[in-house]
Amino acid sequence: MTATTADTSHNLSQAQLQAAFYDLNEHDHPEGGSTMLGFWMYLMSDCLIFAMLFAAFGVLGGNFAAGPGPKDLFDLKLVAVNTAMLLFSSITYGIAMIAMEKNQKGATQIWLLITAVFGAAFLSIELFEFHHMIAEGATPMRSAFLTAFFSLVGTHGLHVTFGLIWLFTLVAQVGTKGLIPANKRRLMCLSLFWHFLDVIWIGVFTFVYLMGML
Amino acid sequence: MSDHVHPNEHVDDVHASGHGTLRDYLIGFFLSVILTAIPFWLVMTGAIADKSTTALVIMAFAMVQIVVHMIYFLHMNTKSENGWTVMALIFTIVVLVITLSGSLWVMYHLNHNMMPMNAHDMGQLP
Repeated sequence: MTATTADTSHNLSQAQLQAAFYDLNEHDHPEGGSTMLGFWMYLMSDCLIFAMLFAAFGVLGGNFAAGPGPKDLFDLKLVAVNTAMLLFSSITYGIAMIAMEKNQKGATQIWLLITAVFGAAFLSIELFEFHHMIAEGATPMRSAFLTAFFSLVGTHGLHVTFGLIWLFTLVAQVGTKGLIPANKRRLMCLSLFWHFLDVIWIGVFTFVYLMGML
Repeated sequence: MSDHVHPNEHVDDVHASGHGTLRDYLIGFFLSVILTAIPFWLVMTGAIADKSTTALVIMAFAMVQIVVHMIYFLHMNTKSENGWTVMALIFTIVVLVITLSGSLWVMYHLNHNMMPMNAHDMGQLP
C-alpha cells in the first residue's frame, strides 16, 4: 500500500493525490434521506418470505390427508367481506397521507384511526374464520394443506397485527410531537407497509381461496 | 436538525419519494374494487364452465390488480430513488419467479415419480 502511494506521488500533485483518496466534496446526507429506499428493501425481502409460503402452499395445497378440503372450510362471502375491509383501509390510509401532506394533524389522526378500525375488522373476521375452522377439527396439524394454509394466511395476519400496533404508535407520536419530518417519514414507511400487505392479500385470495373453491 | 442548512431538504425529500393525489387514490380504489369483484363473481356463480379457464382468468385479474396497487397505492415509478426501487423490485420478481416455478415444477415431478398415486399405480408396483 505504502509502496504504491510512493510510486504514484511522483506523477500526481498533492491535490490530485488527496482527491484520489478522499471524497473532499462530501455532500450533505439529510437525516432519514435513505430511509425510504431501505424500507423498500425490507419490503422486498418480506416479499420473498411470502414467496416461500406461497410455494409451500402451491406444493402442499392438494395434500388433504383425507381431511377437510377448501370446499368444506372456506366461505367466499366472508372472504369477500374481508377483502373489502382491507381495500377500504387502503383508501382511508391514502386519505390520511393526503391530510398529512397538507399538515392537518387532526385529520391525519382521524383517518389513521378509521384505517385501524378497518384493519381490526379484517383481523377479527380472519380470527373468526380460524376459530371456526379449528372448532371443526381443521387445525394446522390435520393435514399438509392446513399447515400450509395457516402458515401463509397466519403470517399475513401477523403482519397486519404488527401494522396495527405500529399505526397506534404513530397516532400517539403524531399526537405528542405533531407532524414533524421524522413522523412524516414514519407515516410514509407504514403507508408502504400497509399497501404492501394489501398486495399480498391479492395473492392470498386469488391462489388460496378462489382457486381452492374452483 | 439540519434545518438551518437546508430548510427545504425534508419537504423536497417527502415530495420526491412520491405521493398520490386524492384522484390517484380514488382511481386505484375503483379499479381495485372492479378487479376484485369480477374474480369473486366468476368463482361464486361459476360463470365460466371450464375450471382451468376460470383459473387463468382470475390469475390474470390478480396480476393486473397487483400492478394497479403498485402504481396507485405504492406510487411506483422508474424515477424514485434514481430507479433503485424498480431495480430492487425487478430483482425480487426474478427470485420470486425462480422460487415459485422451481418449487412447483420439482415437487410436481417428485410426486409424479415417487408416489403411488392411485389403485392402478399401486397394482403396477413390483
